[in-house]
Amino acid sequence: MKIAIASGKGGTGKTTLSTNLASYIAEEQMVVLTDLDVEEPNSGLFIKARLLKRETKYKMIPEWSEENCKSCGNCHEVCNFHAIIQLGSSILVFPQLCHGCYACAELCPSSALEMVARKMGELRHFQNGKLNFIESRLDIGQEQSTLLISQTNQYINEHFPGDIIKIYDSPPGTSCPVIEATKDADYVILVTEPTPFGLHDLKLAIDTMKKLGRDFGVVLNRQGIGNNDVLDFCQQENIPLIAEIPDDRRIAELYSRGELVYQEIPEVALQLEKILDFIMNNKDSR
Amino acid sequence: MKEIVVISGKGGTGKTSLAASFACLEGRDVVVADCDVDAADMHLLMQPDFNKREDFYSGELAKINQDECIRCGNCADICRFNAISIIDSEYIVDPLDCEGCGYCARICTSHAIGNEKLNAGEWFLSSIKTGSLMVHARLGIGADNSGKLVAKVKKEAREIAKRNGIGLIIIDGPPGIGCPVISSITGANFAVLVTEPTISGLHDLKRAYELVKKFNIRAGCIINKSDLNTRTTEIIEDFLKAEDILHISNLPYDEIFTESMTYGQAVIEYTNNDMTGMIKDSWHKIKQIL
Repeated sequence: MKIAIASGKGGTGKTTLSTNLASYIAEEQMVVLTDLDVEEPNSGLFIKARLLKRETKYKMIPEWSEENCKSCGNCHEVCNFHAIIQLGSSILVFPQLCHGCYACAELCPSSALEMVARKMGELRHFQNGKLNFIESRLDIGQEQSTLLISQTNQYINEHFPGDIIKIYDSPPGTSCPVIEATKDADYVILVTEPTPFGLHDLKLAIDTMKKLGRDFGVVLNRQGIGNNDVLDFCQQENIPLIAEIPDDRRIAELYSRGELVYQEIPEVALQLEKILDFIMNNKDSR
Repeated sequence: MKEIVVISGKGGTGKTSLAASFACLEGRDVVVADCDVDAADMHLLMQPDFNKREDFYSGELAKINQDECIRCGNCADICRFNAISIIDSEYIVDPLDCEGCGYCARICTSHAIGNEKLNAGEWFLSSIKTGSLMVHARLGIGADNSGKLVAKVKKEAREIAKRNGIGLIIIDGPPGIGCPVISSITGANFAVLVTEPTISGLHDLKRAYELVKKFNIRAGCIINKSDLNTRTTEIIEDFLKAEDILHISNLPYDEIFTESMTYGQAVIEYTNNDMTGMIKDSWHKIKQIL
């Protein structure tokens, strides 16, 4: 059972929900928490666990060999991403722009380009009791996070059986990294806040999930601020409102120190129980 | 022409609320660019008239002509993105997985594969309530290439500024440190890093600053919600000192950010209190350093 925690807008509480929910579930049963916000992975700040394993993650980029090159310019021509340019008899590769399609290397008539592995980030696997936590971290200056997200997903699929609850802390937005992060999810929980920005970005996220054909529901965070527009919208559109987490300065303060919230604030534990019930019912109906 | 970009690494720290306030303070003397094309929100505060709208095409998508296809499967074999699969004995491209590299079309011996231009979203040029102009955009659902749309928004903003003799562009940037952020900060004269005193705020600030440093852009920092955790605020202040980042200001936690947003206003227009004074001072400090 794969549950992605996503949102259009940043800072709505994805990480707070992911880490608290996973830790709450781990008190009773096995759970895997994965931080797929590889540009700014934060879940690890809230999870105390033992490091089991680290893996360097690579992407494949072409390396030019001057000896073989006949300066035909074919590589430059076949690259749709402008990642290769020809300057006189030299070939320059821009690794940040390369998508790793192999066209330049495999279509080079003189085998002057070889695909080589280049580090783009690192995956780390932690464990504490029934909680497994996996985090991937994109190196700074790397542009494309989707490949690292998909390699992380692959790691999870290879290491854990299908029936364990898996929670994915997804990146914000609605573009390629989010698509990659929610692609395999059985269910997507969209976290939002009751403000105009929250509603606007929730609608974008919903459009994205509909296009992907994902099942989704909403968790409203910081309930009490702003207005009722998000609640009204969910009701009108028949979108399941799974839980409401109250606005509480104590939550913000606990979060600021990197502490979990539900042990201190019973109301939050209650809402997590509601979410878990919802997940289990959803799981049974599959 | 000067460009100021507002970024944060972490989402929800107050980037848009502050960028909108700065835009209001500057009135007609600035062009505004909302570069958070994934989840653009600034228009909710600026009353844009959506005067001009244009489709944005970027990248390509492979398309297989089934009448020409001889089912050799070469395309699926060479595709590194697993975007081509057999469905009902036909080779089909999954538009969400296709990166538009065009490799399959090049090697198809029966010339059955073409490349379609991809509609990646739309962009707008609007007059806004401050009497100024704003360029904003909406990325197509599930579209790739948000970095390219950001570049387009910035290019349009620069041209408009040039045409109207305006010397300043305020850019509201996206969260993260990936391609749309890199695209937003490229060519900027100054980056305003908005953070909050939480361990995630600090963690993301450091990563965002490392990126800014890599691009040789001068930076200043606003610590928003600074009284939420005074110890972490001190740690951030020490970090700013050590890295020689301009410490612009500390803004205390204030519900006025949410409240003004609920009324579709920037903080600075909604109220006149200590907070508005502090935002004004922050803006003056930023402008001085330019």
